[in-house]
Amino acid sequence: MQELRRTWLKGGSAMLLSPLLGSSLLLPQAARAAEWNRPAFTARTINEALKAYGAPATGEARDIQITAPEISENGAKVDIEISSNLANTRSLAVFADKNPLPLCAALDFSGPVLPYAKLQLKLAESTRIRVVAKTADGKTHVAWRDIKVTLGGCGA
Amino acid sequence: MAEQIKIRALLQGEIADIRILMQHPMETGQRRNEQGQLLPSHFIQNFTVNLNGKPIIDGQLNTSIAKNPLFTFRSRGIKAGDKLSVAWTDNLGEKRQDEVTVG
Repeated sequence: MQELRRTWLKGGSAMLLSPLLGSSLLLPQAARAAEWNRPAFTARTINEALKAYGAPATGEARDIQITAPEISENGAKVDIEISSNLANTRSLAVFADKNPLPLCAALDFSGPVLPYAKLQLKLAESTRIRVVAKTADGKTHVAWRDIKVTLGGCGA
Repeated sequence: MAEQIKIRALLQGEIADIRILMQHPMETGQRRNEQGQLLPSHFIQNFTVNLNGKPIIDGQLNTSIAKNPLFTFRSRGIKAGDKLSVAWTDNLGEKRQDEVTVG
């Protein structure tokens, strides 16, 4: 699937899809989107989720920043800011170890976009947050941060 | 019908902040209603951000993203007059797409 998507991104997509543009069934953007990584998103433990996402356990990278509150009173909305200083970072993924489904988001960047994102998570309980960066050379890097949650956000 | 996606680009010198608000319940599938029945999961799975028709961000999300997902991204090379569009698809096949012109 990844292969197919890359091919579409590289070119030819406009030509392939142009006859369909008039149809409301197929928007060009929607058609281009990568297929949802079901094995990784439905994995129920952090180790399974990391494995399914293709991130082997490695040492902590200093070039990934995670800004998050140390203590969050409301687990239904926890702001985190992530960025990478690793050259040619192509994607950032966020995992919460103790969430029922640990993989929260996987974001791919291309063109002029910086490897940076600010987003809001639901956290079930106090947990470690891991951010995995993938670089153009195919390597994965990981950093983490622990967040205390006073009121869990999954039943909220 | 899903609500409009709010897209805003803040130009600050070379780097622009792109703020995107996708209004969506992001139901986890773990909450129960008053009768004790589980509410089925309903969440955005994919979204794509395009700059002048070219994809620049491709996101995949889980139920653990907060209700009404709000994202900030950063990009170089965005100028007034550029077109930014965002499209999402959720797990029930609902879609929404909106576009703004950077002012």
